[in-house]
Amino acid sequence: MAKLLDKQRYKCALGAMQTVQAITRAIPVLHSGPGCAQKLSDSIGSSGYFSPNIFPCTSINEKDVVFGGAKKLDTTIANALKVIDADLYVVLTGCIPEIVGDDTAEVVSHFEDSEKPVIYASTAGFKGNNYKGHEQIIDAIIDQYLEKSEVKEKGLVNIWADVPYQDLFWLGNIRELEKLIAGLGLTPNTIFGYQRGIKNIDRIPKAEFNLLVSPWVSVGNMKKMEKKLGIPYLHYPTLPIGAFETSKFLREVGKFAGVDKEKIENIINDHENYYYYLIERYADMFLETRVMAKQFSVVADAQYALGITKFLVNDLGLVPAKQFVTDDTPKAFQEQIRKDFENLNYGLKAEVGFETDGYKIHQEIQSHDYHGYPLILGSYYEKELTEKMFGHFLNISWPVQDKVVLDDFYVGYTGGIRLIEDIYSVAVQRWN
Amino acid sequence: MSLNLKSSNVATRENRIGSITGYIGTLSDLAEQSGCGTLKGCSRCFSQSSTCLSSCALGQLSAIRDVAIIHHGPAGCSVASAGAYYLDKVMAKNRGVTNNTVYIGTDMNEKDTIFGSADALRRIILEVNKRYSPKVIFVTSSCATGIIGEDIDSVIDDVRDEIDVPIAAVHCEGFKSRIWATGFDISDHAVLSSIVQPPKQKRNTINFKNFYESARLEIIEIFKNFDLKPIFLYCNSTVEELGHISESLATTCICGTLGNYLGNGLEEKYGVPYIRTINPLGIAGFETWLREIGRVTERREAVEKYIAEQRAIYIPQIEEIKKELKGLTAVLGMGPGYTFEVSRVLNELGIEVVWALAWHYDKKYENGDVPPSMEYLLENGVDFEASVADQQNYEVMNILHKYQPDLYLSRHPGSTVWAIKNGTPAVYVADEYMIFGYKHTLEFAQSILDSIHNRSFEKNLARRVKLPYTDWWYQQNVDKFLEEAKK
Repeated sequence: MAKLLDKQRYKCALGAMQTVQAITRAIPVLHSGPGCAQKLSDSIGSSGYFSPNIFPCTSINEKDVVFGGAKKLDTTIANALKVIDADLYVVLTGCIPEIVGDDTAEVVSHFEDSEKPVIYASTAGFKGNNYKGHEQIIDAIIDQYLEKSEVKEKGLVNIWADVPYQDLFWLGNIRELEKLIAGLGLTPNTIFGYQRGIKNIDRIPKAEFNLLVSPWVSVGNMKKMEKKLGIPYLHYPTLPIGAFETSKFLREVGKFAGVDKEKIENIINDHENYYYYLIERYADMFLETRVMAKQFSVVADAQYALGITKFLVNDLGLVPAKQFVTDDTPKAFQEQIRKDFENLNYGLKAEVGFETDGYKIHQEIQSHDYHGYPLILGSYYEKELTEKMFGHFLNISWPVQDKVVLDDFYVGYTGGIRLIEDIYSVAVQRWN
Repeated sequence: MSLNLKSSNVATRENRIGSITGYIGTLSDLAEQSGCGTLKGCSRCFSQSSTCLSSCALGQLSAIRDVAIIHHGPAGCSVASAGAYYLDKVMAKNRGVTNNTVYIGTDMNEKDTIFGSADALRRIILEVNKRYSPKVIFVTSSCATGIIGEDIDSVIDDVRDEIDVPIAAVHCEGFKSRIWATGFDISDHAVLSSIVQPPKQKRNTINFKNFYESARLEIIEIFKNFDLKPIFLYCNSTVEELGHISESLATTCICGTLGNYLGNGLEEKYGVPYIRTINPLGIAGFETWLREIGRVTERREAVEKYIAEQRAIYIPQIEEIKKELKGLTAVLGMGPGYTFEVSRVLNELGIEVVWALAWHYDKKYENGDVPPSMEYLLENGVDFEASVADQQNYEVMNILHKYQPDLYLSRHPGSTVWAIKNGTPAVYVADEYMIFGYKHTLEFAQSILDSIHNRSFEKNLARRVKLPYTDWWYQQNVDKFLEEAKK
């Protein structure tokens, strides 16, 4: 049912056009109103080989609402194939065609024999947010494009993580996850970002397993691939940030993949040595920064709320105040995620609220006693609030206005160091 | 124009003033066909995404201080709330004021499209009012609520008694019009019908419709010479201030597309003269505009004195820089409120316009005349190839590829970047005051010169990137996908 969405932190399912855009040389073809693409994009690296104003669009008008827009969709796809040089054309349906009942599947079927693949995903805005839309795109690729492979490539692992563009650090994170997996002697395969694309999609069925690093996004996609393509999956719910969680991550993935235990420990040891070399040099600063309380709150989607909470508690020794998950996490996943928040070192438990109403989040933050200057990691909406509380603010979740990220990342050992750099770059600007 | 403030609906630009989004020809032909009534817009059998009219409508309304926007629709429609929040905060800070405007979504889901959600909307309106005590509440529709026939007007009538501030329905279904500027009209209509009060006294103020008021302090100083006070709309406007705009001596606007509904509305309803000259961009524009303000407000002498003083300072400098610009060629793509205005300024600076794209074209202004910027060009013997395309990037790229101009100018985000990938230096004319008056005309000329002088960025980038269009497309005529409108 319609609800009060105050300080909204996600887009609608059609926002998954950005998931398509993150696949190099894949183009979204929108069957929607003329302005959906522009609304759903932002200037955070979305002007690449394609940008939203390149996306073909049926630009539905009043007549199409009455008479249907199937014919317009047909000419739009046909001409998109001629005008735009892409490897994969993904038709995304918006609200209008899904309410008036255009048969998109039928129109797309006209292009079964086209030189380049054309698939479609149902992404009407009212079907859910862009986290769900992202899953719809992956599902469309599995259902309409991928075929089961009898041949498996030894050590090949498909890595899946959270939603491109919605996650500011998507590009850097996925590259760093690849490096960590490659470090174990496995071969990572991902479909997003530089020099990835259709050839990586083609490789998906040959993988020995899927690795999903996300609290809940894409769990359904993993199950679908297990069923259709016979690929087993490992679901690692916590985005590994910093030494504690990343070492745990490597042990778990290594074990699943059958990597030699001693080899894993050696790899971990190398990483941790360098990590603590850096930490040691700055430990005085962490301890002697006069202006930071021990308590913090994260306001973000499940992946960052959980990942950062674990990092700040288990690596840096901070204490969690209430944490806020803002991605409209499906009810079925909430209990497990809540348990993950309660599983912290020294028996610490973080209280977590699944909340999409920003007003309520702000009320709770304001009424909590952080026993000093709080550290708030959140979206741009938390900036003014944190300033009013004389706290430290870092903009890590959407919407982002306070940070420019090209390929920076928070995942892994190095990612943990980057997050520390960002937090203390804010903190050191104050003395008292 | 016939203003009906009793209805919350505004007719689209297509229906009201015959606006079009598809045409290819020349400026003179466009004007001639508009004049004799034969102009018919074309549609396209292939198009790229453009802009939603709700972004224009709600971008305007959400810039007013301390109001509430409730956008009834799926989360993608109200996603503009994030940008509005940011802009409201930074623009208020810029001006040293506070803005507590809130922009709320309703996150409509599939069930709502079947059963409707009028009850939920009612509760949301009351809760927003309780939380924030806004000075006005705007409740707006989306494509989804429009198609399922959600009766927002009835919900508003229903809650009106429980809310002690004005509350208005804002109908902005994105499919209604291909012309996003219809959204500006929708916002003006909402302001006129819910906030503006009948005049009680005349004031020495001028309503100045603009986007982000970057030249606010400068214009306040200019108008002091004429004992006039500008009221900038709607960015950082207060509801109290808007209540009194019917008492101003005149209305003017930095962009005809942005301001004509409000200007004409205030004139028709309250007799506030609307300044309908060419816009204050470039030399001729600035002088013509100032003189008209002088005439309408009976301050001719003060205006002439000011013009004479300023000319002495700036004209020699502009003449000097023109020597370096002479002979350059340009293509430009902008909203019609700017395309033909900027074309005039480029002509003043000695730059040849080889092709001008207008993102839409209003066949006539609300008073039935051909747009003054176009008339001016033709009277002064300027003609060039022109097209009307709602930001159709593939057409822009086809034109740039064929003409290889020295310069591309655009005002809309996401357009200039494609020119530089083509290796064409580009000037992003984003700030509406970038060419305002003598001073900014000089600055504009200088930025063109700077863009031409160092082409490193675009050359470096163009050498390394591949463009997304097929060779086939570059070999086609730009009008390949235009179809005669079927009536």
